[in-house]
Amino acid sequence: MSVRSATRPSVPATAILILGALYCLLPVAWVVLASTKSAGELFSTLTFLPSTHLFDNIAELVAYRDGLFWRWMANTALYAGVGAALSAVVSAMAGYALAKYRFAGKNAVFNVLLAGVLVPGVVLAIPQYLLLAQVELTNTYWAVLLPSIISPYGIYLARIYAAAAVPDEVVEAARTDGAGELRTFVQVAVPMMLPGLVTVFLFQFVAIWNNFMLPYIMLGDDKLFPLTVGLSGLLNQGASQPAMYTLVVTGALLSVIPLIALFLLLQRFWQVDLAAGAVKA
Amino acid sequence: MRLTSGTKVAAVVATTALLATACSGGGTGGDDAADGPVELTFWTWTPGIEKVVDLWNAENPDIQVTVNKQDGGDPAVTKLLTAIEAGSGAPDLMQAEYQKLPQLVSAGALADISGEVSGDLAGHFPDGVWNAVTLGSDAVYAVPQDSGPMQFYYREDVFAELGLEVPTTWEEYAEVARAVHVSDPTKYLGTFSANDAGWFTGLTQQAGASWYGIEGESWTVAIDSPEVRQVAEYWGGLVEEGAIDNKPMYTPEWNAALNDGSQVGWLSAIWAPGVLAGNAADTAGKWRMAPMPQWDASAPATGNWGGSATAVTSQSEHAAQAAEFVSWLNTDPVAVQALVDESGIYPADIPASTAALADPPEFFANQPDFYELASQTAQTANPFTYGPNINVAYSAYNDEFAKATEARTQDAFVEAVEAVQAATVADLKNSGFSVNE
Repeated sequence: MSVRSATRPSVPATAILILGALYCLLPVAWVVLASTKSAGELFSTLTFLPSTHLFDNIAELVAYRDGLFWRWMANTALYAGVGAALSAVVSAMAGYALAKYRFAGKNAVFNVLLAGVLVPGVVLAIPQYLLLAQVELTNTYWAVLLPSIISPYGIYLARIYAAAAVPDEVVEAARTDGAGELRTFVQVAVPMMLPGLVTVFLFQFVAIWNNFMLPYIMLGDDKLFPLTVGLSGLLNQGASQPAMYTLVVTGALLSVIPLIALFLLLQRFWQVDLAAGAVKA
Repeated sequence: MRLTSGTKVAAVVATTALLATACSGGGTGGDDAADGPVELTFWTWTPGIEKVVDLWNAENPDIQVTVNKQDGGDPAVTKLLTAIEAGSGAPDLMQAEYQKLPQLVSAGALADISGEVSGDLAGHFPDGVWNAVTLGSDAVYAVPQDSGPMQFYYREDVFAELGLEVPTTWEEYAEVARAVHVSDPTKYLGTFSANDAGWFTGLTQQAGASWYGIEGESWTVAIDSPEVRQVAEYWGGLVEEGAIDNKPMYTPEWNAALNDGSQVGWLSAIWAPGVLAGNAADTAGKWRMAPMPQWDASAPATGNWGGSATAVTSQSEHAAQAAEFVSWLNTDPVAVQALVDESGIYPADIPASTAALADPPEFFANQPDFYELASQTAQTANPFTYGPNINVAYSAYNDEFAKATEARTQDAFVEAVEAVQAATVADLKNSGFSVNE
């Protein structure tokens, strides 16, 4: 009885979920279809009517100012890849330290961190700009990378994960066997924390990939721009210029492809993560 | 377990190393004028301008200019002001719209290059335009690049089909607007855009308004003036009776309306052909340009919408070289010709522009005397003064007129003018300027 009711799909719930899926997927479908239209067709033909100009649009985008688009793509990959990797390293070290060591001010540090999770990054962009301006680092790769390395949320997540996934007994055993603190961390703790760190990496990667405000404020040189800032510039060329909608739509489509690929690649780590949690409970 | 001191030291060393590489890796270079060429960075949003700059770089190996494309208008100004405030990070050269110059000058963002440019530079530009870059003083804060005298653009084919005459006065414009809308309720002669403060400013400039003024050591604000009220009442009336659309410009919807012929006219400026070619490609060859409808047909006038100048920032360490480049860019015949060809701008420089503008824009090939007519209208532009917080006035315009176009009443339009005046005066006082009321 209870089994049957659990397996039979509930009509209202399914309807709500389908609505939710449509709500999320329709804009994506729009981007895909709109990027196949020429500039003249974009706002004049039926919204969801596909056209045949996708490759023309891509060619035009690639030709824009000698392939600046690929430079933006590479910059974004650099900011997101290096930033997220460094952020995962810092989060792992800080999270492990907060979970496994006792030291003076530990709770204070953790509370400050919790407060930091609540402060949106956008609010910090201008103060960070003023600080980096004092060491003349604005308008460089470092201006976007340095602030991206520290992620309070990542450290918080790593701490929770380290506390749950790395048993004190294992750390003690490693020490008893003569491993130093660094070796215990790198060879014993990090492998156990890996699924959590992949999560931190992905979170931070997506956050940096989509970040607009920080690079927008920090960078003046358009060769350093990430995709978000570069594409926004194509839309805001002043009143005397038409906005390049087709280029931006096509650029937006191309810019999500690496993100989708990354998620598909790292998906199996997440499955491990979920499975591990399920068994433990 | 306590952290060993060794781990702490390692952490400190790692951080220091990171910062050290950061410092050596950073920096835009070009600070050593003694050896190697002077390197100048140039913030601009003019399309295609890098090709014009390439001409300079090829001729001047000692002064190399790098173009950094920016978001147009407000965002670039905000970014520059942040960099000025922070003390580093500003470019050497900066494109700035005329209305932003008072704000930039009062923030100390621009260098006075009067000592670096030749004395006859003023003779290259119309008085009104030159006045905008000197702010009426002996200083020179920028060199004019392009200007945007306003004209009336209309669909010649639709006018012919409906048997309409091109309006020469605002009264006639209103009649034509009604006729167009009656003939087909989906069609409008134009729209009142609550998003484009610069456009409205140009319309009031034509009517004889000047939003700011200087009395002795104080600013005056005259947004709530008889001239501005006249313009607001006129448009409020047209929107209220429904003869004119109330949707903003530069939206996808508006682009589509231009393209499919629902918008059969546009009160715009000299750069309109480029925008029409981009937004309404299907209508090529169907448009024509005419002078603005007039308040007083015996004294033709127009306003400006858009147009910008090139300035040297106060953070530039090479003001002399930067000023040399700026003068070349905006007055050299080769450079001006390239600006017209590559960027499609309407140059402010008088001597070089006659030759550069011999042919009509491609989109208006059907109107061979396009630039002749344009230059006649350009000479009728009324004088106008911008103030140091025009950004506040413009954003108040956006807020207040968004409500007014939503309300669709003439009274709401007049109230919006009063509200913009109040907001502008209040902010000017708050910012510490002396204001005469």
